[in-house]
Amino acid sequence: MEFVQNVPFFSIMISMFSGIVSSVLPGKVARKVNCFMITLVTAMSVWLLVFLIQSGIGSYTFMMGHFPAPFGNEIRAGVLEATMAMFFSIIMLLALWGGQTKIDEEIEESKHNIYYILINLLLSSLLALIYTNDLFTAYVFVEINTIAACGLIMIRQTGRTIEAAVRYMIMSLLGSGLLLLGICMIYDMTGHLLMSNIQETIAKIMAEGTYSVPMLITIGIITVGLAIKSALFPFHSWLPDAYGYSTISSAAILSSLVSKGYIFLLIKIIYRVIGYEHVANSHIFNVIFIFGLCGMIFGSVSAIWEKDIRRMIAFSSVAQIGYIYMGFGLGTEAGVVASLFHILMHGATKSLLFISAMGLTDVSGKSRDFFNLTGAAYRNKVAGVGFLVGSLSMVGIPIFSGFVSKLMFAEAAVQASPMKMFPTLVVLAISTILNAIYFLKTVLRIYTPEKKEVEQAKGFVRISWKEQTVFTIAIVLFILLNIVLGTNSKPIIELLIEGLHNFM
Amino acid sequence: MSRQIPKNELNKKLSYRLKQWFLGESDTYVGILESQPQEERVPDQKMIKSHQQDQQALLEQVHDTQHNKVYKNFFRFYRITAVVCCVALVSILLIAVSYLPPVGNPDNPAHNEVVDKYIEDGLQDTGAVNVVTGMILDYRAFDTFGESNVLFIATCTVLILMRNDKKKPADHDHSDRHWEPKSDAILQKVTFVLFPIIAIYGIYVVLNGHLSPGGGFSGGAIIGAGLILYLNAYGTEKTRRFFTEKTYKYISFAALLFYCLAKSYSFYTGAHHLESGIPLGTPGAIISSGLILPLNICVGMVVACTMYAFYTLFRKEGF
Repeated sequence: MEFVQNVPFFSIMISMFSGIVSSVLPGKVARKVNCFMITLVTAMSVWLLVFLIQSGIGSYTFMMGHFPAPFGNEIRAGVLEATMAMFFSIIMLLALWGGQTKIDEEIEESKHNIYYILINLLLSSLLALIYTNDLFTAYVFVEINTIAACGLIMIRQTGRTIEAAVRYMIMSLLGSGLLLLGICMIYDMTGHLLMSNIQETIAKIMAEGTYSVPMLITIGIITVGLAIKSALFPFHSWLPDAYGYSTISSAAILSSLVSKGYIFLLIKIIYRVIGYEHVANSHIFNVIFIFGLCGMIFGSVSAIWEKDIRRMIAFSSVAQIGYIYMGFGLGTEAGVVASLFHILMHGATKSLLFISAMGLTDVSGKSRDFFNLTGAAYRNKVAGVGFLVGSLSMVGIPIFSGFVSKLMFAEAAVQASPMKMFPTLVVLAISTILNAIYFLKTVLRIYTPEKKEVEQAKGFVRISWKEQTVFTIAIVLFILLNIVLGTNSKPIIELLIEGLHNFM
Repeated sequence: MSRQIPKNELNKKLSYRLKQWFLGESDTYVGILESQPQEERVPDQKMIKSHQQDQQALLEQVHDTQHNKVYKNFFRFYRITAVVCCVALVSILLIAVSYLPPVGNPDNPAHNEVVDKYIEDGLQDTGAVNVVTGMILDYRAFDTFGESNVLFIATCTVLILMRNDKKKPADHDHSDRHWEPKSDAILQKVTFVLFPIIAIYGIYVVLNGHLSPGGGFSGGAIIGAGLILYLNAYGTEKTRRFFTEKTYKYISFAALLFYCLAKSYSFYTGAHHLESGIPLGTPGAIISSGLILPLNICVGMVVACTMYAFYTLFRKEGF
C-alpha cells in the first residue's frame, strides 16, 4: 500500500485531534491550529486526488483497525470522495477567513476556542461522511454533525439565534431519527452494516421478492430523513432564521457544507447501499423530483418578498437545494452529475454571497434593511464586487460557475423521459428569471450612488481593501474558485463522472 | 448497693440518650438539622415584568401575532395536522415492522457470519472475555471513538449555552444553592457512607469492562451519579476543592487525546498489516486484552466528567 493511501484516515484523525487539543488552548492559538489543520487536509486531499488519477486505481478501501471489513470498520476513498473532500475543506477555510472579524466581534472572547472545536469536529464529521463505507459509522458522524451545527448557530447569543437553534435541533433530530430507523430496518433485513455487503444482500432479497414492502418504506424514510436535514422544500422552515442570524462564517459553512454533506450521504446510500435500480423502481425519484421543482419556485418567491438581505440569501439556498434534488429526480446519470456539480457551485457561490453581504451591511450601519444598502458597493468596493460575482453566478451568466450547472441541468433534462423534460425546462426558466429578479435588484440597489449628505446623516462609513486584508483575500479566492469552476468545468465534470462510475 | 448517678452525668450516657430517643422524649438532631423553615421565595416583580415584556415583544415584533396570517392559520390547523402526521408515521412504521423478520428467530438475516465470528473468535482476537466490550472497543473502535466525541461536543455546546462568563453580582436568583437546605445532616451522613461505595463500584465496573458486563460508559455514569450526589449534599464550595472547570477540561482532554493517539496507532498498524506490539495478556486477568482496558478508563473518565458537568452547568451557578 502506498503511503498516500493513508490520507482519508489521516485527515479524519487530524481534524478530530485538533478539535480535542483546541479545548485547552486560548482562542487565538486555536484559530491558528484550525487554519493549519484545514490547509493540511486540503493539501492532503489534493495529493490523494492526484495519486488516484495518475495511478488509475479509481477507488480502494482502507481498514480501520486490525480486522477486515465486515468485522471491523472500513473507509473507502475514490476520485469522487477526494474531490468532495478537497472542495469542502477549501470552502470551509475561505468561509472562516471571510468571517474572521465577525467571529471576534460577535462571540464572547472566552468562547472562541469552543467555536474552533465545533469547526474542527464538523470538518471531521463531514470527511467521515464522505469517506465512510459503513452505515453505522455514517450515523455516528451525522450525530456529531448535527450537534456541531446547533452549536455554530447559537454561539452568537441573541434571542433569534437561540430560537433558530432550537428549531434546527428539533427538525434535524427528526431527520436523524428517521435515518436511524431506516438503518435499523436495513440491518434487520440484511444483517450487515457494511455498504458493499448490504448491496449484495439487497440484490439477492430483491430478486427473491421477500421484504419488498419494508424495503420501499426504508427507502422512503431514509430519503425523507436526509431531505429534512438538508432543507428540501417543505422542510425548510428552520433554514432562514438559522442562516440569517448566526455569525457569518457559521451561515456560510452551514449553507455550503453541512446540508451538502447529507446530500452526499444520500447519494452514497442510493448508489452504494440500496443500489440505483432498486431506488429507481421504488419511484422515490419522482417524489424527489416534484418537491425539488416546488422548492425551486417557492424558495425564489420567498426570497423576492424578503426585505432582509441575509434572509434573502438564505431563501435562495432553498431554491438551490431544490435544483440539486431535481437533478436526482430526473433519474439519469447526467442528472446526478449535474447535481454533484451544483453542490460544488453552490458551496463556492453561497459562501461568497453571505460573506460579501456581511461586508455590505457593515458599511450601512449594520442595518440589513434593503433600502439602507443603497450605494453600499461604493463604500466597500471589495464586498460589492464579491456580491456582483456571486449574483451573476447564481443567475447563470457565462464564465461563472452557475452557468455551467444550469446548462448541465438543461442537458440532463433533454436526455430524460419526456414526462420530466418539459416541466424541468419550464421550471428552470422560471426559476432563473426569479433568481435574476431578486439578485439583480439587489445588485442595482448597491450600485446606485447615495448622496453624500444622506450617508453622513446616517453615519455610514467607507472602508478600503487595505483595512480588511483577510476579508479581501477570502473574497478574491472565492471569485477565483467561481471562475475556475465556470471556465474549466470540463475536467471537473469528467472527474465527477469517473468518480460516480467507480461508486457503483 | 446501687449508687445514684448525678443527673448531668446520666444525661451524657449513651444508654440514657438511646432510651430517651426511643421514647420520643428528645430529638438527637435538634441543633444539627436545619430546623428553620426556608425563607419563602419572593419573586422579583420587576424582573418578572421585564421577562413578560420581552416575551410579548418577541411574539409581537418577530412573529407579529396580530396580523400574521400564516401564524394564525398555522395554529388553527396545527393540532389536527400534528395528529394526522403522527398517526400516519406510526402506521407506516407498524406496517414495516409487521413485514420484518420476527425477533429471536434463528434464521434471521442478522444471524450471519459476522455475529458468529464475534462470538467464536472474540476472545482470541481481542483478549476480552466480555464480547460486547471487545466489539465496541476493538472490532468497531472507530465508531466508539466517534461516540465519545459526541459526548465531548455535546458538553461544548452546553458550555456555550450555560456558562456565564460575564461575572454577575451574587444574586439569589443566580444560585440554586441558596434555596436548598445547607446542612442537611441525613443527606450528608448518607452521602458520607454511600459516596465511597458508589465511586469504588463505578471504578470496578470500568476496570472490569473487559471481563464482565459493564465498561466505560456504564461505569462512568455510576461515578458521575456519585459526584452529583456529593454535590447535592455538600454544595459547590466542597466540590470546588477537587473538581473545577479546569479539572473537567484537563481530564476530558487527556482522556480523549490518549484515545485518539492510541487508536490512531492501532488503526495505522492494522491497515498496514503490522504487528501492533501490544500484548493481549492472559484472558480473564485484570491486566489483559491490550488497549481495551486503558480505553475503557478513558471512556469512563469522559462519561463521568460529562455527566457531572451537565449537572453543574444546569444548576445556574456553574462549576
